[in-house]
Amino acid sequence: MKSKLPAFPYLVFMAVFILVPLLLVAYYGFTDKQGTFTLEFFRKFLEPLYLKVFARSIWLALVSTLLCLVIGYPLAMILAGDTFKKKNILIVLFIVPMWMNFLVRTYAWLTLLENNGLINSFLDFLHLPKLELLYNNRAVVMGMVYNFLPFMVLPIHSVLVKIDRSLIEAAEDLGADRLRVFSRVTLPLSVPGVLSGITMVFMPSITTFVISRLLGGGKTTLVGDVIEQQFLTVYNWNFGAAISLFMMAVILLSMALLSRIDRGKEGLL
Amino acid sequence: MSKWLKRIYVFGIFIFLYAPILILIIFSFNDSRSRVKWEGFSLHWYSELFRDTELMSALYTTLSVGILSALAATVIGTAAAIGIRNMRRIPRAVVLNVTYIPVLNPDIVTGVALMLLFVVIRLEMGYVTLLLSHITFNIPYVIFSVLPKLRQLDRYLYEAAMDLGARPFQAFRKAVLPEIMPGVVAALLLTFTLSIDDFVISFFTTGSSVQNLATVIYSMARRGINPKINVLSTLLFTTVMSLLLLLNLKDTGSGAVAVEGGARPVSRGNGQDRHG
Repeated sequence: MKSKLPAFPYLVFMAVFILVPLLLVAYYGFTDKQGTFTLEFFRKFLEPLYLKVFARSIWLALVSTLLCLVIGYPLAMILAGDTFKKKNILIVLFIVPMWMNFLVRTYAWLTLLENNGLINSFLDFLHLPKLELLYNNRAVVMGMVYNFLPFMVLPIHSVLVKIDRSLIEAAEDLGADRLRVFSRVTLPLSVPGVLSGITMVFMPSITTFVISRLLGGGKTTLVGDVIEQQFLTVYNWNFGAAISLFMMAVILLSMALLSRIDRGKEGLL
Repeated sequence: MSKWLKRIYVFGIFIFLYAPILILIIFSFNDSRSRVKWEGFSLHWYSELFRDTELMSALYTTLSVGILSALAATVIGTAAAIGIRNMRRIPRAVVLNVTYIPVLNPDIVTGVALMLLFVVIRLEMGYVTLLLSHITFNIPYVIFSVLPKLRQLDRYLYEAAMDLGARPFQAFRKAVLPEIMPGVVAALLLTFTLSIDDFVISFFTTGSSVQNLATVIYSMARRGINPKINVLSTLLFTTVMSLLLLLNLKDTGSGAVAVEGGARPVSRGNGQDRHG
């Protein structure tokens, strides 16, 4: 089986559906409506209005990522440890909600957070004042944490279960207490998992437009919303393409950087 | 941390994960439109759903695109993995890096890029563009799930089959395919779920004439809440749950498939399936 031939259909497919579309994005991003070269649309992204959107996207994505890390790391540790006997079932149960359509998961929170939703009805029942739960930054962050928490937990978990037990025992034998074992052995060894967890939460958070639209009610515009609007409502494809290129560059560069830290694997750049 | 504290912590997170879904399911059986007040058990919304032609055709689109794109991607991707395995180092690295692009790129960028392509080549947005897009984002996952199995394969297996008189395709089907089958099956399941789960790429690559469940739910949810969405979610949830249960009952080893399957973005940047 020495033939490269079986890859041929894919190579054609790859050229047409991966490379050409990206070249088109690049073409639209660097030209104006007449097709002449311009950097106008990258400059436009630097206007205060869009910089504010960009800053908000980064901020909300950072907050969500941090929350996922703080909530997820202990969970990953517990699931990797020996608290539970049937760990595999727990992990499957942890993943099941992810198999639900992403949109359904976000929609589910509408029901809870709405003005007349379940949480507010409950507060009302207790004669407590209603809360503004929906259509603000908090609701968006909530939606991100809910949707992306597994992306933080799973890679950390998969690194933690691979840690050689004898390393921890050796540290204990050498007189380290539990805190020290954690900070000197477990934590450093779990860094690759943490890094990929961070990218996997940060990346979809910064480019989402569904969560901000449904839970933020259009009040919390994110970069994803701007791209979507430029393509589907404003019809300024050049600007939309320029922002897409920018986001792509940001993400691919950070991935390349992370894989350098993760070191030594063929593939990425 | 004591054992009990850990248990309570895990329990709390599971409540956080499941409560919204369970409430969604409970209220799909509610007799009234309300999502707050319980007004008695009924299957009212279920019969409404089956009478809703828009939703039923969306369901059909989702399932057929899921099945077709999974099959097509698995065939093209498995063949590609075999070919890539036989490439020299540099072309292989180039192909693998390009293959990584749709995996690493934000969905929204993949979506708009494909939309631009379809507009430029004047392909009308609809079922065909939707299916092609799903095949496109599915193939990389097939390649990255079959390649490791190929690497585990005995180098001489194929040659041995040929020496014993098999024709090339026969040697592939009888000797190689059974060995890489776990990877192929995992890829098939994974790509089917990825297709069903996708919203963003579908949103940009389908026209107004063809909708799948995700795009229909999106436009419904923006108009406010509709109990039919609860019904659909319930059906989706029970389908997924029973699929997973079946897989786990068949043999415990398949739990790994479920884990791999759900862990789609885990492979992003984790490096665990970055091969050469």
